[in-house]
Amino acid sequence: METAEAKNFKKVDIIFECQDCKPIEVLDTNLERKPDDIILDIIDSGLKGRGGAGFPTGLKWKFTKNETAEPKYVICNADEGEPGTFKDREILDRVPEKVFVGMALCGYSIGAKEGIIYLRGEYNFLLKDLNKKLEKFNKQLKDRNLDFSISIKSGSGAYICGEESALFESMEGKRGEPRNKPPYPTTEGYNFKPTVINNVETLVYTTMICNLGPDKFKELGTKDSRGSKVFSVSGDTPIAGIYELELGMSLSTFVEEFGDGDTKSVQVGGASGHCVPRKYFEDTIIGFEGIPTGGSMMIFNSTRSMYNVLHDYLEFFTEESCGQCTPCRVGCQQLLKGIEAVKRGERKPSYLDDLKKLASNMNLSAKCGLGQSVANPFNSIVDNFREEIIY
Amino acid sequence: MSNTDALIKNLVEKHGNSRNNLMPILQGVVREERSLTEEAMLKVAEALDISSAEVYGTASFYTFLDTMPRGKNVIRICKTITCHMKGKDEIIEALEKELNINVGETTSDKKFTLLSANCLGWCHKGPVMLVNDDIYPELTVDKALEIVQEYAHNSK
Repeated sequence: METAEAKNFKKVDIIFECQDCKPIEVLDTNLERKPDDIILDIIDSGLKGRGGAGFPTGLKWKFTKNETAEPKYVICNADEGEPGTFKDREILDRVPEKVFVGMALCGYSIGAKEGIIYLRGEYNFLLKDLNKKLEKFNKQLKDRNLDFSISIKSGSGAYICGEESALFESMEGKRGEPRNKPPYPTTEGYNFKPTVINNVETLVYTTMICNLGPDKFKELGTKDSRGSKVFSVSGDTPIAGIYELELGMSLSTFVEEFGDGDTKSVQVGGASGHCVPRKYFEDTIIGFEGIPTGGSMMIFNSTRSMYNVLHDYLEFFTEESCGQCTPCRVGCQQLLKGIEAVKRGERKPSYLDDLKKLASNMNLSAKCGLGQSVANPFNSIVDNFREEIIY
Repeated sequence: MSNTDALIKNLVEKHGNSRNNLMPILQGVVREERSLTEEAMLKVAEALDISSAEVYGTASFYTFLDTMPRGKNVIRICKTITCHMKGKDEIIEALEKELNINVGETTSDKKFTLLSANCLGWCHKGPVMLVNDDIYPELTVDKALEIVQEYAHNSK
């Protein structure tokens, strides 16, 4: 496992902090700067995407700015569908102006005139309030002569649309089926034009980096995982909820704070993430050098059957697979049927090893992150809780 | 002109008739009528000047763009792992009994459709359900029944 030294547990208050930061003032201060200087600050901060994949945000902005095609777009990915994740909803509910300012600063930096928030249909109840606040914000942009405006498009209940190219397809009125990559969104995104697509939380951090300066942000976290991150904590914990924590802590420190004293395993990164059993808590670092995460931390205690957990995940993926590529469409179904057959005794326990090979093949051959990542929960649960799957 | 025709005409006027606006138009129809009929999809295809297969292709991809008839109120109970752990099965059982239907079915008076859904994004406050666009977290059996009875009362 990891050899890097873990940071101590530290609560942070950047995302939801409202006392000293007036988002619109951050915009005003930064509109006086050159776009390239803003992008350099974001690169310098080391900020990596907070949706889970972890691409350096500043580079995304730079690549898109360097493209010559017009128009360019700024998209906020608010299609938060990963089981165990609920922080983007909270951010949009509590500090939406920080998201808007991040989008406006991105638009100013890369030369885009249009920003769009793709909000999952499950969060439609936020629409009324968000639209009202957007109306005010768009007017503020107009008053400042900034040629940029933000609107919202809604999803309709498809997990796969959180995948960026599926999200573009959905915004174009099509089935949410992922595209081949490359080309990447920075060259051909929404409407096949250069597009920056960032997660809700990432955009708030860009606002806060523009406010605090990159050095303040870099003081937090580790070399590979700069800054803090909002975690969604759920499952067997007495204090489920949303917490902003410094990156780079060990899982044992995390469990000490959030577990119920009987924690058997933690699913880090949602259904598509990794299941870490107790024996590895000490050696697992939460961050890009260990297990990266979009922020979902699901805690299971010893009363839980890991067969049921895996079964739930596989059902989820079987239903949410877009069906476009065979490895994912058929693979998910076969993994689900496979563990059911082993459980019923219709297949020998060694069949699990065949299924693991299938999962690994899906990791190599599936078209997008959905099919590729099913191997994460499958192999980590089967490896660590084999008896629970069989008996 | 039927109600649906007028609705689609308004939606197309509001959003524009380009292909990019297909989703908001279909979402608008579902918001009012809870599902998309064949006629509605044909009408949208005509208004946007695209093939009806394209419209059906898009509609049938999305869980919330129902192409099956639905009741006036659509209940979606989250079934993903943490809501499962916190007792979504008891909630589903109670509502099945209350409404006298199984998950996936619609009551004979067309007031309710009962469905399960994948993660609704309230894992720290499960079990949770959506009724149309409204969210109800931290459910107990009693609370869920009370909410559904209220909807029944209001949609008389």
